[in-house]
Amino acid sequence: MTATIDPAVLHEVALTEGEYARIVELLGREPNHVELGIFGAMWSEHCSYKTSKPLLRNFPTAGPGVLQGPGENAGAVDVGDGWAVVFKIESHNHPSAIEPHAGAATGVGGILRDVFTMGAFPIAALNSLRFGPLDQARNRHLFNGVVAGIGDYGNCFGVPTVGGEIYFEDCYTENPVVNAMAVGLIRKDRLTRARAEGEGNLVMLVGADTGRDGIHGATFASVELDAGSEARRPAVQVGNPFLEKLLMEACMQLIDKDLVVGMQDLGAAGLTSSARPPTMPNTWCRGCSGQTLTHDPHPMQRAGSTTGCREGGSARPASRALSRAAALRLSSSERRLRYQPSSSSDGRP
Amino acid sequence: MASFGIVVFPGTWSDRDCYFAVHDRLRQEARFIWHKERDLSGLDCVILPGGFSYGDYLRSGAIARMSPVMEEVSEFAERGGYVIGICNGFQVLCESHLLPGALMRNSSLEFRCQQQWLRVETSDTAFTSETAKGRLLRLPVSHGEGNYYADPDTLADLESGNRVVFRYATADGDISDEANPNGSLHNIAGIVNETGNVLGMMPHPERASESLLGSDDGLAIFQSIIKNSERVVAHG
Repeated sequence: MTATIDPAVLHEVALTEGEYARIVELLGREPNHVELGIFGAMWSEHCSYKTSKPLLRNFPTAGPGVLQGPGENAGAVDVGDGWAVVFKIESHNHPSAIEPHAGAATGVGGILRDVFTMGAFPIAALNSLRFGPLDQARNRHLFNGVVAGIGDYGNCFGVPTVGGEIYFEDCYTENPVVNAMAVGLIRKDRLTRARAEGEGNLVMLVGADTGRDGIHGATFASVELDAGSEARRPAVQVGNPFLEKLLMEACMQLIDKDLVVGMQDLGAAGLTSSARPPTMPNTWCRGCSGQTLTHDPHPMQRAGSTTGCREGGSARPASRALSRAAALRLSSSERRLRYQPSSSSDGRP
Repeated sequence: MASFGIVVFPGTWSDRDCYFAVHDRLRQEARFIWHKERDLSGLDCVILPGGFSYGDYLRSGAIARMSPVMEEVSEFAERGGYVIGICNGFQVLCESHLLPGALMRNSSLEFRCQQQWLRVETSDTAFTSETAKGRLLRLPVSHGEGNYYADPDTLADLESGNRVVFRYATADGDISDEANPNGSLHNIAGIVNETGNVLGMMPHPERASESLLGSDDGLAIFQSIIKNSERVVAHG
């Protein structure tokens, strides 16, 4: 089968011609625009770790104390006395390279969500940073922005940054490494997972309205930084730690009251990565028998935004950022109590 | 036994630490009060904890002061109930005009998070009776807007009325610019209102509630409140 695709379209979703050929092979046909966007996000460096996975595989992930290895929102380790420590580390290098404050801040926001969607209360933040020498103005700008971004987010959210490490080297000039880590605490029998079994469950999308920021955030991670990267600035999400704090309190109460079956953070790839169909096994839908998503009621900051998936196949649902939100899967027994679907609705979210 | 009410605004995050200090450490009654609640019955002391109420949008404390609970807190204070505002709570008290002055951006223009020495300026308040004048307390500060400002007349009133309760100090107890983390006038870290039952302070006594945390100097403030609450009850 011959794949014919405009290189500009491929560039937009940061996929190579080889990857496109593989998609055509898998589908047995050419993907439509929506499908291509989904592949772009899911096969992005951010979501699939396609270049770093061989290295990451070298880390040990199993052991007597490991309650949760890779594959969930965050890892969990048994620390005794019935307690578990939940932690997550994530890089936010590319966004921080062009918009250091927001880039680093949303890195912290993402891992905090990963921790509290496991049901754990975040108690600490840490970081591991690399910058070029500070005698260069651009490096100073990046350094100051990243440090302030990490601190501001943690402060407003209410989680202290308790430690970190930093090195300066020429090779990081204009291309910093920004790793943020969050640690949470939970009774180990209260661990919540991104697993929702059973039919008829109601899926709720909660969190901030989707705006125009952060579009193509996931695919941006796959792109080599160059002189044109500055134009990617809108791909960096603008954080809202205040709203995320409220989101956390709400999620903790839902878990406390046993109202949710599973919970999944929406990362840079938004609904694409958190609500994939079971034909593409992932964390969220393991054990679920499929779901239909209607994007029209999706809460948007502005009506008519082209990013709102309102134009059906011509929109870009795959690559949109829905950070700051967590999708909850409510148990069907609870559904009637708090949600009365209208006659026109069949209960699909 | 004293009963503490800990007010929770959206964005408050020192509420659990305050609860830990008074309930777990000092074995007092404590309950959380959501900002929309109005019931302060049975309380001896209301705590306005630290955090970023309403994201500190507009101005720190400016939105929180409009919360339904703040009307009740004002009446509670008028009736003589003890109110302590810590960090963001101090900002809320200033915005509510329960305390004079304002807390501006730190003179460094930077957020400061550090252990800080405070000098107790008077033990003649309900919040410091279990300490002593001149005693040094080691408490953490963590704020970006703690730079206390008041006009000269207000400042003179505070000083002459013995209402400056804590000042930032060096480890030797000197009040100097070097010891001042935020540029506050007269190194002011905490003040009380004219009737002495409302305290605002930027440092966090609840985070210095056991030695494992680096200091338990903060307990003396809560112990003072407890002692004086019991006294009020004893005297009917």
